[in-house]
Amino acid sequence: MSLIKLSGITKHYAMGSQVVRALDGIDITVAKNDYLAFIGSSGSGKSTMLNILGCLDKPTTGEYYLNGKNVEGLNQNELSEIRNLEIGFIFQSFNLLPRATALGNVMQPLVYRNIGLKKRKEMALNSLKRVGLGDRTDHLPNQLSGGQRQRVAIARALVTHPSILLADEPTGNLDSKTTIEIMQLFDELHAEGHTLIMVTHEDEIAHHCHRIIEMKDGRVYNDSTSHSAKVSH
Amino acid sequence: MLFSILESFRSAMLSIYAHGLRSFLTTLGIVIGVASVIAVVSVTQGMSSFIGDTFASLGSNSLTIRSFTPFEDQMKGIRARLTPDDLQLIENRAEGIASITPVLNATRSSQIKYGSQTAFSQIMGTTYAYQDVSQSYTQVGRFLADSDNNTRRRVAVIGEKVRENLNLPENPVNEFVELGGEWFKIVGMLEQKGEMMGFSQDDLVLTPYATMQSLQGNQTQTDIAIQLSLSENAVVEDVVQQLTTLLRNAHDLSGEEDDDFVIQTAEQLMETFDTVINMVTIVIGGIVSISLLVGGIGIMNIMLVSVTERTREIGICKAIGAKRHHILLQFLIEALLLSLLGGLIGLVLGYGLGTLISNSIPGFPNASIPLWSVALALGFSGFVGVLFGILPAAKAANLDPIDALRYE
Repeated sequence: MSLIKLSGITKHYAMGSQVVRALDGIDITVAKNDYLAFIGSSGSGKSTMLNILGCLDKPTTGEYYLNGKNVEGLNQNELSEIRNLEIGFIFQSFNLLPRATALGNVMQPLVYRNIGLKKRKEMALNSLKRVGLGDRTDHLPNQLSGGQRQRVAIARALVTHPSILLADEPTGNLDSKTTIEIMQLFDELHAEGHTLIMVTHEDEIAHHCHRIIEMKDGRVYNDSTSHSAKVSH
Repeated sequence: MLFSILESFRSAMLSIYAHGLRSFLTTLGIVIGVASVIAVVSVTQGMSSFIGDTFASLGSNSLTIRSFTPFEDQMKGIRARLTPDDLQLIENRAEGIASITPVLNATRSSQIKYGSQTAFSQIMGTTYAYQDVSQSYTQVGRFLADSDNNTRRRVAVIGEKVRENLNLPENPVNEFVELGGEWFKIVGMLEQKGEMMGFSQDDLVLTPYATMQSLQGNQTQTDIAIQLSLSENAVVEDVVQQLTTLLRNAHDLSGEEDDDFVIQTAEQLMETFDTVINMVTIVIGGIVSISLLVGGIGIMNIMLVSVTERTREIGICKAIGAKRHHILLQFLIEALLLSLLGGLIGLVLGYGLGTLISNSIPGFPNASIPLWSVALALGFSGFVGVLFGILPAAKAANLDPIDALRYE
């Protein structure tokens, strides 16, 4: 069974009197342990795609099955719960809580699962160790380098054992050396059985992935290892 | 839910601590509001409990009976009187009385002279029993004795204030003063009682009742007051009832006529004072608590700024799974904690202020804080925190995660 199934997804924004079709009929399935990149120029709809996959946004029309559950019609609180249980976010600008330590940041998603402090600490420590930051737990984000911050963000995404990891330009703010390190980490995570979906405009990054979906004008333009998605022109 | 509340407390505390100065300035309005309320209450309540103590020292179980003439009757030239016969009657017939004494105020002159010094004082004729009834005892010398009364001796017991006014020596016993043209020997001086509501209670001269009577002349017009103290297990209401019946019969009052005397208890006086002071407390406290509302608006203002400032953080929290109530609680509890903290600081400050005020004005009673005012101040500041925290918290909780994440 596929982990993600999108059928007929559209997303329309009203911009003044104009309607912008950010997504215009997307049909994709993603299998478990897929390693997938969305590429495309800006305005191609890849960020919107990620927002919808991450249950941050709702599609205008179409159906989205995540882990067999239909996400359609859920309210904000139910979407929050889905995000907490199923999705680990990794952002371009890291998006760490500035006043919390590395450990505090990684523990934060567990707060929303009502997990006690002691258990939270234990899980967060394990997760930080996994990304190689076991010795940096008490540092604030501004005391960490970019690569370390992104590792904290990855640890935060991993700590909840989500079904999918969603990364939005994960190396966009990093230098080339750190980029390689982070991409190695992603490769390892994939090897460990995680499902990774990322959005990028760098070909190098995309080529780490086993499947590349190129987007153009809100549609899937090319699906390089595609089996099921149709290229709809 | 409890878990979320506890977690919110934790994060609110961190957040308040992280912005120490700002948090303090935010809650300053509440601090000042609560401090002023507590200062006002502590000063007035201190006054109130002081008055209570003073009345207790007056003898809280004492009664005073005076003649009372309605204004209409005064116009007609009628004057009600309490006579020595009434005193005799009560002494013989009433029950539940420990000691009883007549008090005859000097009506001709209240002037008292010592050497070249002249002063005015309250001059009263009374008996030995007065010291039990009014709980005033001598610090030097002796009190009036029964023998003084029987032999109409010209002796006087004075209050501390009289000694001061007349420049009498530290120990005025055996000095002679002139009262209404007669020489009186001072036999004793009363213990100091201090001031009550700005009136000295030590400005009095006591002479034997019979001596005073003879000096007043015209015995048929004598109008005395009677002071008495109740025996230990007597009930005030019962004794008042009994005295009323006795005196009405003695004065031949029919059922429709009003009493031509009044019976005052120390408690009644105290209640009157208490009522006045409580009114003052409520009015000033009410005015001052408006400043608490202003403080609450200050909190709301800063919380709104804080929500805007932390928009991105809110977005992050929502992205990783925070529900509406998580965010709502976080901000609400932060506002609540801020104002409670302000309330606590204000409480301490207010008490300090009240103590300072009451200590810096001489003769002013000590400040005291009743427990209800503490509860009220904290309760009210908590209420203000919740009231003015709701709007910013709801604003934060309703943010759209995508917009919040995009916020720069």
